Amino acid sequence: MKVYPYIIEFLQIAIFLGIAPAFTGWVRMLKCWTQGRTSAGLFQPYRDIMKLFSKDVILADNASWIFRFTPYLIFGTAVLAGGIVPMLSIDLPITSTADVIVLVALFAIARFFTALAGMDIGTAFGGMGSSREMTIASLAEPAMLMAIFTVSLASKSTSLSQMVHVIYSGQSVLRPSLVFALLAFILIALAETGRIPVDNPATHLELTMIHEAMILEYSGRHLALIEWANMMKLFLFTALGIATFFPWGIAASGDIGFIPAALLIMMLKLGIAGAGLVLLETGLAKMRIFRLTEFLGSAFLLATLGMLSYFILE
Amino acid sequence: MNINIAAQINSFLAALVLLTAFGMLVQRRMYGLVHLFTWQGLFLSLNTAIVGYVAGRHHLYISSVLTLALKVILLPYILHVLIQRLKVHKEVETVINVPMTMLIGIALVIFSYHLMSPVRELSNLVTRSTLAVALATVMIGLLMMITRKHAVTQIIGFLAMENGLFFAATSATYGMPLVVELGVALDILIAAFIFGIFFFHIHTTFDSLDIEQMARLKEED
Repeated sequence: MKVYPYIIEFLQIAIFLGIAPAFTGWVRMLKCWTQGRTSAGLFQPYRDIMKLFSKDVILADNASWIFRFTPYLIFGTAVLAGGIVPMLSIDLPITSTADVIVLVALFAIARFFTALAGMDIGTAFGGMGSSREMTIASLAEPAMLMAIFTVSLASKSTSLSQMVHVIYSGQSVLRPSLVFALLAFILIALAETGRIPVDNPATHLELTMIHEAMILEYSGRHLALIEWANMMKLFLFTALGIATFFPWGIAASGDIGFIPAALLIMMLKLGIAGAGLVLLETGLAKMRIFRLTEFLGSAFLLATLGMLSYFILE
Repeated sequence: MNINIAAQINSFLAALVLLTAFGMLVQRRMYGLVHLFTWQGLFLSLNTAIVGYVAGRHHLYISSVLTLALKVILLPYILHVLIQRLKVHKEVETVINVPMTMLIGIALVIFSYHLMSPVRELSNLVTRSTLAVALATVMIGLLMMITRKHAVTQIIGFLAMENGLFFAATSATYGMPLVVELGVALDILIAAFIFGIFFFHIHTTFDSLDIEQMARLKEED
């Protein structure tokens, strides 16, 4: 049995846990700059999490086990998902047992329990947030699967490392199906991570909240875990996009010597992706919630067109 | 440039043409529609030039330049002037809602793929795989004419249909004879002028370009 892949796996999860808040910090910092504000720095998310961990948890009297259990579940699924997406190396032991459908299912489990927890206390805003989140999810999830399937059609496998491997060695660069899938994936990632045309992560107005409305009642270490998991989710979607569409730089073999270079390239790509996200968010306004069907409908359309153009044009 | 790369660029441009066709189908703003139409013309012109290069048919260069002049510069300009003069740059009304139109569009793409697959087996041209996309573009243009109530959008749908036909001709037989293409180009140009004049007349008579207003033309009984 080779030991290196397991070491890389643990290394990747550790790096993932460590860097995710910095990535969110980077996005917030760029956003501050584009809006002409002074930013709180790259490491503000770490300080936020530390502060929340040191505070007491305040629970509502009627909170059930779901409410207390959900933060740990969200955090756990995020960490597990971090082991599935190839970030540093293709040769990860988990990817042979968990493919991309498992990844989508992990996100779905986390979302399901967040929605339950939002309704658990019985406040109006929580229920409203849950209802909106599930509406978005029901439209985003098919589109997400469709986009991923388009890529897996080209690589004839739903395993992420296999997909990365095929794109790595592929001869054709200009594949229409992959371009369509990438466009669809960007729209879905914006919806799933709650970024601006869909949801505003920095909002303080409860009536416009989607994701924040569900976690309004959380405090202390529970909130810290949820916030951290959210940062990891943003990081994960970016890493997933990089791995499926721009995998160049991820170490192809299980050799530990390639890891520092892979890490450096990954950070570079993440930096560029973050800048792109900020440009997109600065240029767009938040959409009316009833327009979201069209937004996610076009994501589904793009993904389907990608799949069709695989059959028609390739 | 070897033939493999050219085929890839060709199918990539075909995908972009299809994308702009769908963009026009779901676009609500009038100026957005004209811009998408301009992009489609540009992709078409590029594609024609590349096919001309691959096939060694030099008359395709002429039709590529003709497409560029007509569909990227002149027709969008005429449409811009029309929209400005008639003050119709508001949101466009659709008969069916947008997600439904998208689904119908996808069904049309699948249908045209199914229809074209036997032809694809017979042909041995480099561009044979883009034939289905060309047919789909024609059908989406037709769908656009059906689902829109506004006269100017219907004209854009008509022009998009013509784009699809031109694309089909390029990918099925490496283009029509030059005389035919020149004739079609002239037809389109004249049609655009006549549409413009008609729109002004319709506008002064009905104060609107909504074609539902034309039901008033019926005799009362």
